[in-house]
Amino acid sequence: MIDLHGFGDQLLQGAIVTLELAMCSLFVGLVLGLLGASAKLSSFKVLRWIAHGYTTIIRGIPELLTVLIIYFGATSVLMAVAGLFGYDEYIEVGAFAAGVTALGLTFGAYATEVFRGALQSIPKGQHEAATALGMGPIRKFYRIILPQVWRIALPGLGNLFLVLLKDTALVSVVGLDDIMRKANIAVSSTKEAFLFYLVAAFMYLALTIISMVFVSYLEKRASRGLTRG
Amino acid sequence: MDFSVVVEYFPRLLEGAWVSIQLVMISIVLGGVFALPIALARISPVAWIRAIPFAYIFFFRGTPLLVQIFLVYYGASQFEVVRESVLWPILREPFWCAIIAFTLNTSAYTAEIFRGAIQAIPPGEVEACKVIGMTKTQMYRRVLLPRAFGIVLPAYGNEIILMLKGSALASTITILDLTGMARTIIARTYTPMEIFLAAGAIYLVISIVIIAIFRQIEQRQNRYLGTLSIKVPDKG
Repeated sequence: MIDLHGFGDQLLQGAIVTLELAMCSLFVGLVLGLLGASAKLSSFKVLRWIAHGYTTIIRGIPELLTVLIIYFGATSVLMAVAGLFGYDEYIEVGAFAAGVTALGLTFGAYATEVFRGALQSIPKGQHEAATALGMGPIRKFYRIILPQVWRIALPGLGNLFLVLLKDTALVSVVGLDDIMRKANIAVSSTKEAFLFYLVAAFMYLALTIISMVFVSYLEKRASRGLTRG
Repeated sequence: MDFSVVVEYFPRLLEGAWVSIQLVMISIVLGGVFALPIALARISPVAWIRAIPFAYIFFFRGTPLLVQIFLVYYGASQFEVVRESVLWPILREPFWCAIIAFTLNTSAYTAEIFRGAIQAIPPGEVEACKVIGMTKTQMYRRVLLPRAFGIVLPAYGNEIILMLKGSALASTITILDLTGMARTIIARTYTPMEIFLAAGAIYLVISIVIIAIFRQIEQRQNRYLGTLSIKVPDKG
């Protein structure tokens, strides 16, 4: 029972893949979110439109469909592009790459809204003070704006990460060897569906709890400037 | 890309969309019914009564919906007892398994929304009702419930959209909902991009319609606020 018919270590390997997928998508998503928020607050109309279209479309389409579109679509798009350069072998996009792209896009769309709210809540005086001290726009962003945005955005981003962690299960549908697919494999050979899906559920629950603890640690760390007055 | 396949198979996609809408409507209604007692138990002053809905909500919000669907559809049939029970004709059908999983899932989220709304009503309003001399029933019917309903609306609208997006997972247990239908058509025509994009567009239209409906109800329900806008805490 304890070694789950020998599938215990398989499930743990799956957990590592799930975590890798979540971390890579988080990175892509954070970058996209910051870019999206900057575009939404930009003074160029075209950039605002693009960002608005991006968030509306991604947030209105099921995550499963996004994963499927990227997985099957990326192959045909890449092959069409490669075809232009005279390369006509079959190109396959891996499940992991497709998963990172799809989940990163999804996380980025929601993170755009979180970052936008945080950026807007930084008082104008902070920008002016930084400029008055002679900081250039890049230094101002890294030293003054970003640390404050990070603190305000963290609770929202933490929630989004928990959603992302659960969405990683969808990538098993296109064949990534994560917790979910390892559980599927175990079920098909042992026929004990309830046991293995319950174990999978508790593994996700454990990952959720660990992430929650980590996020609250980060939140405390990010707001240490406030508590000292 | 060749979008003539979309035109050809559009009626089939609409058939799938109707299945998706049915899944969402049935689970939202059932989920709402279950959510109210769960929310009330969640704010009970007795600690062990509070603990049960807490664990329930934690489990269903902390695990992927896909796992929950598989637990109901594949998991339940592992047990001889279930296969011989009177419930088997229901648990055998993928459609009803999806409904069960979605209902359990959405009731956990909705319970948290209800709890937030009940706790968001200022105590002054309850006191005011008592001062005017309303009975408890009058207070609930005339003040507290309409008020909670108004507070709940935006978050509830979000929950329905999330449910619509979650309903795509029904396709993994052989249900021909919008996503399932799209995958079936693709297996025949081998045009993944065209059909998936068309399905995505249909989902988008359904979400936009839901958002518009909720904006209408919200305006009607909160019309006493005039031009004031109230802030409702996001769920999560």
